[in-house]
Amino acid sequence: MANETSPAGKPAAKRQFRIWRGDESGGDLQDYAVEVNEGEVVLDVIHRLQATDAPDLACRWNCKAGKCGSCSMEINGKPRLSCMTRMSTFEEDETVTVTPLRTFPVIRDLVTDVSFNYEKARETPAFAPPPDLAPGDYRMQQVDVERSQEFRKCIECFLCQTVCHVIRDHEENKQAFAGPRFFIRAAELDMHPLDVKTDRREYAQAEQGLGLCNITKCCTEVCPEHIKITDNGIIPMKERVVDRRYDPLVWLGSKIFRRGQVPQTSVTSGHSSGAVHASGGHGGVHSHAGGSHDPQAEAQAQGGVNWNREVPHPTAPAVDTRGRLPLTELTFDRAAAPSPFGDDVTFPMPPEHLNFAHPEQDKH
Amino acid sequence: MTTTTTRIERHHYDVVVIGAGGAGLRAAIEARLAGKKTAIISKSLFGKAHTVMAEGGAAAAMGNVNSRDNWQVHFRDTMRGGKFLNNFRMAELHAKESPQRIWELETYGALFDRTGDGKISQRNFGGHEYPRLAHVGDRTGLELIRTLQQKIVSLQQEDKRDHGDYEARIKVFSETTITELLLDGDRIAGAFGYYRESGEFILFEAPAVVLATGGVGRSYKVTSNSWEYTGDGHALALRAGATLINMEFLQFHPTGMVWPPSVKGILVTESVRGDGGVLKNSEGKRFMFDYVPDVFRKQYAETEEEADRWYTDPDNNRRPPELLPRDEVARAINSEVKAGRGSPAGGVFLDIASRRSADEIRRRLPSMYHQFKELADVDITAEAMEVGPTCHYVMGGVEVDPDSGAAFGHVRGLFAAGEVSGGMHGSNRLGGNSLSDLLVFGKRAGGHAASYADGLPARPKVAVDAVEAAVETALAPLQRDTGENPYTLQQDLQAVMGDLVGIIRRQGELEEALSRLAELRERVAKVSAAGGRRYNPGWHLALDLRNMLVVSECTAKAALERQESRGGHTREDFPAMDPKWRRVNLVCSLEGDTVRLARKPLPKIRAELVGLFDRAELAKYLTDEELAEFEALVADDADAEKER
Repeated sequence: MANETSPAGKPAAKRQFRIWRGDESGGDLQDYAVEVNEGEVVLDVIHRLQATDAPDLACRWNCKAGKCGSCSMEINGKPRLSCMTRMSTFEEDETVTVTPLRTFPVIRDLVTDVSFNYEKARETPAFAPPPDLAPGDYRMQQVDVERSQEFRKCIECFLCQTVCHVIRDHEENKQAFAGPRFFIRAAELDMHPLDVKTDRREYAQAEQGLGLCNITKCCTEVCPEHIKITDNGIIPMKERVVDRRYDPLVWLGSKIFRRGQVPQTSVTSGHSSGAVHASGGHGGVHSHAGGSHDPQAEAQAQGGVNWNREVPHPTAPAVDTRGRLPLTELTFDRAAAPSPFGDDVTFPMPPEHLNFAHPEQDKH
Repeated sequence: MTTTTTRIERHHYDVVVIGAGGAGLRAAIEARLAGKKTAIISKSLFGKAHTVMAEGGAAAAMGNVNSRDNWQVHFRDTMRGGKFLNNFRMAELHAKESPQRIWELETYGALFDRTGDGKISQRNFGGHEYPRLAHVGDRTGLELIRTLQQKIVSLQQEDKRDHGDYEARIKVFSETTITELLLDGDRIAGAFGYYRESGEFILFEAPAVVLATGGVGRSYKVTSNSWEYTGDGHALALRAGATLINMEFLQFHPTGMVWPPSVKGILVTESVRGDGGVLKNSEGKRFMFDYVPDVFRKQYAETEEEADRWYTDPDNNRRPPELLPRDEVARAINSEVKAGRGSPAGGVFLDIASRRSADEIRRRLPSMYHQFKELADVDITAEAMEVGPTCHYVMGGVEVDPDSGAAFGHVRGLFAAGEVSGGMHGSNRLGGNSLSDLLVFGKRAGGHAASYADGLPARPKVAVDAVEAAVETALAPLQRDTGENPYTLQQDLQAVMGDLVGIIRRQGELEEALSRLAELRERVAKVSAAGGRRYNPGWHLALDLRNMLVVSECTAKAALERQESRGGHTREDFPAMDPKWRRVNLVCSLEGDTVRLARKPLPKIRAELVGLFDRAELAKYLTDEELAEFEALVADDADAEKER
């Protein structure tokens, strides 16, 4: 700053804030007029509030440098790190609304219970080291570790988790869906040059609910580390799963063996033969779209699903000569990739169109 | 009183690790691998510890980039960096064991940057003779935390397989603060604290506790440390009867941002000055020319013209005075500010914008440019930065047995590792040595805590009245409504420490600091926190304050006592290093509420380790008496050589 202007000496302007105060039993937005100095971020303002009007205002933070991912909150409805949200990005007379992350249960004020993420982390199988390699003998090329390193930049701010519409307003999906953070964890291990576990993608599909993701890229947009979650993590994982599904041998195997007897394919492969059918030209016309909140349908879904019924087949997207999805955005007519579930499928699916194979289902 | 109505959750563990940064997690892994039921207490969420801030890397003499590197060279560098005040045994263990600890991380899934032949790449860093820092770009600390976090998860997955419960043998208590260690006689019997989320109390009954709580930086106005760094472990150790050493040594970086507030404390790398940045006061004067000490006069330019020629022609010109050693730069900034020529926010101006083109700045300092642009909307290509000394690391800490990490003093069952322990870094820490320190001594402390728990004939018992007292102390700020706001008290404490016990110290100021700390002690004892127990940051801070206060007293007392300048302790009234003081550690203990200071001789460095240095170098650090001993030693060796 130039010497003649003295920022610290500038009279601080009062700015309007609306901050959600309350706990799990309820709460509301409260108005505050707070001093804001030049060069401050939203977290500075919250700290000032704590030091003055609201000493018990609850908020998480640690490093205040965008490196720890603690101070996630929703600012004017957008999930953000408050230490990286500059006050200068708002109009002087704009009221700034700060609310807790919507996807997770509120503990108090801006603090939410993010234990969902730690549970999902715990369910994701850990790195499997090569058993015959002694510490110090690991050899990897930089170019090979870089792909996983991108995902290891993750600061676990869980912004991608909170923005993901599969769970943002659908509590019921939480059990079956691990979320973008853990898709890239699976991708990271899948791409780890020395990880010996070979079924990371199948795991992502079968246990993490990768299939529920329809690549809207919201997660990539909010990532403060600029990790290309969708392009570099989710799509390659989906592509490979699809790749295997389109593999004629796998398809044949799934026809000959009962589901669960083909260890290298996922438990969903039996049902996914529908997709194989579609690519073979049997694709029936159907619609998965819309109606997800039809009360009648929901009542029916709660009454139980007949898993043996005929489910309409989705229209599979066009594939190239290698049986892969055309994933080049440059030549594609919309953002992101085509959905491997058929472009006429929207999410969330109406329950009557779901044909979910529960991993435990065939064990009895 | 309250105890009858207060619910306290009780847990039984073999080892309780307080702190979930690098040292804590590594200790917990070791204790769990030793078969102990282990609890990890984290003040924040799991995986958010301050370790994530470490950028440079982890120093380990693996010799991947330069095969001449080995533990002896690393040991030598560490001792030099610490100005020979290091506990030699810790420096030795650290140098010997850090490669193993780094390699081990790869088996947990860490992905370091690689060399051409696929080994872990190592980078150069100040004070290290060879490229030695294993790194992952500039986010090595994050990689370390994430790796250890994921290793713990993998152990939990094993336990789930074997015992049906993820938390059968290792559990993370996140957002939990320990306020008191509980004793049975002189043995650790447990730890008492509260869940930050609910405000509910929690009692751990455990025979062994590992402290891994990090540093003390939040007692300073300008710091690069997170809010967690309130010296909890230091204070818990003192109150349990352990001792602290080297508390006068704090590492300050001369150029931390002081404005805008959003980036206050964040480091501005030295390369800004190396690439042409100059320091100016509020009068626009490039003041460093007035602060070149006589000993450096020959190497530094006397005019701005000569200094400016150095950047392009270093062979025929002398260096600009902005590139003097860190403490000299800090001293100069300090003097300018105290003379009333500081910037509005209490620093000075670091100007590169008027000296280099915007393109050149962006090209040469990309991460600096982006960091300040993104965090603070400060365009370093367009305006000068406001900088001043920022508190970065505390070398001092719990006095421990170098091999086991067991705390000295009159307490048993207490261990410490990482920044909270003292001795390893002497008077000054080398960059990169903290991450390897965490791993080496985290493992040791965790392992030794486990075997200590094994060796006990009977479990120490937690006394009921001690728990009652702890509850009372914890609830007191909520029950008072006449005291001061904890935030005001913290600001006042930070002002005292920042202004009077900062980077440059003087006798008068230190004495004033001590009397103001005594006043603060009275005020802190009466602090009151508004609101309830549920996630109430005001209450949390009120409880942290007494820890910050007692640790600050240790620092101020030790700083007043040590009449020399060495590493992270600079006395304006005693500017030189004094070999007599090298033989002395200042040891703090608590007697009632009062901090007591004692002098204790440093352990004598083993002959074969002293032998790694030549006499000329030792002469800078050792007394004549010690040098004579060294010569006798060398002569003995020579004789022995002849006889053979």
